[in-house]
Amino acid sequence: MASHLGGLSGAPVVRVESLVRRFGPRTILDGLSLDIERGEFVALLGRSGSGKSTLLRARADLDDKVSGSGRLETPDKKSVVFQDARLLPWKRVLENVVFGLDLPEAAERGRVALEEVGLSGRENAWPVELSGGEQQRVALARSLVRDPELLLADEPFGALDALTRLRMHDLLRQLCARHQPAVLLVTHDVDEAVTLADRVLVLDNGGIAADIAIDIPTPRDHGDRRFGEIRSQLLRHLGVETKPVLPV
Amino acid sequence: MNAFSNTAAVAPNIPYATDERALISPAAEPRETGTRRLALGRTIPFGALIGPALLLVIWSIGSIAGLIDPRTLPAPWSVVGTAIDLIAEGKLQHHLMTSAWRAAQGLVFGVLIGTILALISGLSRLGEAIIDGPVQIKRAIPTLALIPLLMLWFGIGEGMKVTTIALAVLIPIYIQTHSSLRSIDSRYVELAQTLRMGYGEFIRQVILPGALPGFFLGLRFAVTYAWLSLVVVEQVNATSGIGYMIDLARNYGQTDIIIVGLVVYALLGLASDGIVRFFQERSLSWRRTLAD
Repeated sequence: MASHLGGLSGAPVVRVESLVRRFGPRTILDGLSLDIERGEFVALLGRSGSGKSTLLRARADLDDKVSGSGRLETPDKKSVVFQDARLLPWKRVLENVVFGLDLPEAAERGRVALEEVGLSGRENAWPVELSGGEQQRVALARSLVRDPELLLADEPFGALDALTRLRMHDLLRQLCARHQPAVLLVTHDVDEAVTLADRVLVLDNGGIAADIAIDIPTPRDHGDRRFGEIRSQLLRHLGVETKPVLPV
Repeated sequence: MNAFSNTAAVAPNIPYATDERALISPAAEPRETGTRRLALGRTIPFGALIGPALLLVIWSIGSIAGLIDPRTLPAPWSVVGTAIDLIAEGKLQHHLMTSAWRAAQGLVFGVLIGTILALISGLSRLGEAIIDGPVQIKRAIPTLALIPLLMLWFGIGEGMKVTTIALAVLIPIYIQTHSSLRSIDSRYVELAQTLRMGYGEFIRQVILPGALPGFFLGLRFAVTYAWLSLVVVEQVNATSGIGYMIDLARNYGQTDIIIVGLVVYALLGLASDGIVRFFQERSLSWRRTLAD
């Protein structure tokens, strides 16, 4: 996915300047600045408590209970994928996809989105009837049906098993290549970040400690030498020293 | 069988267990599927009827053998005979209709008022401040203790009876609906916010459907409370209704009529609970509960 090459023209979709966020006496984000280009896939790594989710929630307008300052520009058309699928259990799959979408052609678009995530035929199922991976695919469809310019994903695959996660990576990559939203993916999985993103940021001490462009052609192979190098580099930034035995 | 094979697998010092086949075969043995080892086992068909049928048998045998005095408890067949007579005379239908109509009126008003109060108090802080206190106070006073006051206010006619039932009914409806309105998962609130949903839409699509399970739970309690209050108000200055029929029979020592009345109450209670459960299952079909 070389979408960041095509996205260099024009103004950035997301612009963050000297963002500060505090919870009580603790400063979580301390003057953080960040631009995301149109169609660029950015992964955000960081130790727990480093402010990954705070940054994402600030951008999803979900941080009404925290104090802070700074300039924050995000497009109106954005959608969020949470760690849990967060489907309304009393709505059928299709209703969940078009939930809150006030358009005459909503149902038709919902069907198309479900087809894209490989769930056509399950429109009338209840969420409880789906597996965890399927539920998360419905959540993806719900985000994509809104044609977002910015897709915010907060550890969207964290609750899935390893095999399902790999399949979801492929799916997300295909969907992003087709729809070209800018993506901010919060994750603690270094491999996930390197597999999917055009650019990986490491958050530490309230600021960006590393900003690494991933120059490996897609689809990316975990066994690739360059992949291993970037992984070690990121792990160092995260405070984990890799032993030479580790790379496969 | 399972317990035995487990022992064999974990105790290799048992002579035959050293044989490889003996170790493998217990695991390879086909296991019965469909039941969990720690579950209660298969459900017995029509199991709910076994207990009542057994009681009926004991009652019949006791009556035939002369162990039960018919003045204490008449034989099942004479109760059935009395019921047939009462139906032939048109008395049972008349009393039944009166009772059902009272219960239905009380239930409708109680459910309506309980739901409205729960919505006002569940959806706004001010509403809660105004409504919740009085309802909790009302809840602390048994409805039946209010009957003397209600009789002074409304007389002894239908108004008093329906009011008493409605007052009993609105409490469970209010409590359950209010608590489920307030316990809507905050994650759904967040979701609606990121989808830029309006307030009215949010109430209709998220809050109300989310509170429906609580409402139905309240409704099932409410139906029980309605019959309970009915029994009491009908024995206080009524001139018709199943309770009145029972009370009259007590004056004349007609145990069989009392039993007929009790059976009718039981059938009414069971039938109305069944109706509520039917609607509950239909409107909450999205739920998978442990009972499934």
